[in-house]
Amino acid sequence: MARRTAIVGIGQTYHCARRDDVNGQELINEAVTRALEDAGLTMKDIDAIVIGNMDHFEAINYVDGWSVDGSGAFMRPIMKLTTGGTSGMTVATAGYYHVASGFFDVVLAIGWEMNSSSDTTAAITTCCQPLIERDFFAGAIGPLAAEYTAYIKRFGATEEDAALVSVRDHNNALNNPHAHLRTRITVEDVMKSPVLCYPIKLLDMCPRSDGACALIYACEGKAEKLAPRPAWVHTIAGSRDFVYMGEPFQHEELITLERASARAYKRAGITDPLKEIDVMELYLPASTTGVKWMESLWVCGRGEAPRLIREGVFNMDGQLPVNPSGGPLATNPIGATAMIRVGEAALQIMGKAGDRQVPNVRTALATAFGSCSWSDVTILRDTKP
Amino acid sequence: MAGTAGETPELIKVHSGAVEVPYDWHCGPYWSRFFRGLRDEKKIYATKCPSCGRVYIPPREVCGPCFARMDEWVEVGPEGVIEMFTVVRLPYTNPSTGEPLSVPYTDVYVRLDGADTSLMHWLDETDEKKIAVGMRVRAVFRDKRTGTMHDIEHFKLI
Repeated sequence: MARRTAIVGIGQTYHCARRDDVNGQELINEAVTRALEDAGLTMKDIDAIVIGNMDHFEAINYVDGWSVDGSGAFMRPIMKLTTGGTSGMTVATAGYYHVASGFFDVVLAIGWEMNSSSDTTAAITTCCQPLIERDFFAGAIGPLAAEYTAYIKRFGATEEDAALVSVRDHNNALNNPHAHLRTRITVEDVMKSPVLCYPIKLLDMCPRSDGACALIYACEGKAEKLAPRPAWVHTIAGSRDFVYMGEPFQHEELITLERASARAYKRAGITDPLKEIDVMELYLPASTTGVKWMESLWVCGRGEAPRLIREGVFNMDGQLPVNPSGGPLATNPIGATAMIRVGEAALQIMGKAGDRQVPNVRTALATAFGSCSWSDVTILRDTKP
Repeated sequence: MAGTAGETPELIKVHSGAVEVPYDWHCGPYWSRFFRGLRDEKKIYATKCPSCGRVYIPPREVCGPCFARMDEWVEVGPEGVIEMFTVVRLPYTNPSTGEPLSVPYTDVYVRLDGADTSLMHWLDETDEKKIAVGMRVRAVFRDKRTGTMHDIEHFKLI
């Protein structure tokens, strides 16, 4: 039986397009310092550290080594994990496992990225097999754009449906002091923005950001003392699928998210996610995914997401608010992006989300996405599991 | 800190210059047979799972869902259907060459006749109004072939 574990501290840096005021280690330290402050701890209280990013964005390997002074890992166990876009949640999950296993009581998890170091799309493209698909694969944008053409064909969704998601997330970000992009936009702005990969336009796609996030996990017995309202981890579930972009199941639904969320709901005793989950922080790298992937979270049937989006069900004042923080469309330091989803979900549980707080959050869900279509799900609650 | 009131200390950025690290990639017997088929026969070979019957392109040793070894080879295409597509207009760096990619170009995911998965490749049409999911396409082979994915020059609308 796993030990009960909660998030008791969250630290986010200032996120923007180019943090040339700091180097990587200093960026990491900014998140760590803020997380410790948030939990009222010092480095002496930290038993172990987990860290991660995607090395190929900076072309500097072994962040577990070169960040030691800034991460606080001097003479402590530290483990580095990288899984692509999901890295931030993989690191968060490992932080949870460290505590839940009983080996450590208080653990620091760090996700970070300095995306301004390189051409993000070129770097992402290196995830694709060089002999088979790399030359045809336009980073994260290409396949996400392509899958929406299949969804449009099958269900009659529109580019405007995706634009509504973009408007929702961008305008939610106005309430988030940590958001990289904080500009009010309209559907017309999205539709008129330049096409990156048809049918995805500039304002449909996440930016690339520099930034870091740190979370502190603590065991039962300590968590209650460190936070008046800890965010208890109820379950974590993940799925991986195929090696190639053209595999079955990928194009009209996100099967990894369907399987992972179904498993998470079962473990958390959730039978009607639309009613039983109070807020979702979703890794939506493109507005189109905020249409199509809702169906893979079992909040509606196949092809029904456009109607729910038009009705505003996922708006801040809707039945199930999605991405009060603005999500990845507003802020995307890639190795931190998925951890920010967990951190924002925790802030909602802890009642510390400020102007982006959804009232009375008892159950919050966070997701992570990485190509070639991997999904992770975390469910947090204000009560112990 | 180094600066005093009223001064903005200079922040230094260092550019790496072009970084080129050559790699050798091993194809193994399955991809090698696939590439030989393209190069020597202008044919597209796939593997079929003995357990679920799914036909995989690109061919590979193991069917992931069944975790079963595939030994049966079948020819697929050269025609198929566009399952999805995108017209790429974002310029970015080709990580294999370090050179800027020429845009626009069109990625198509082609469900080749006889296959259960799709092959990603280029389409020789960049006007999205002339492309639709469900259209039929055919592989166009190069005259000079070297045993790579580019032995197929692109797909064309039929």
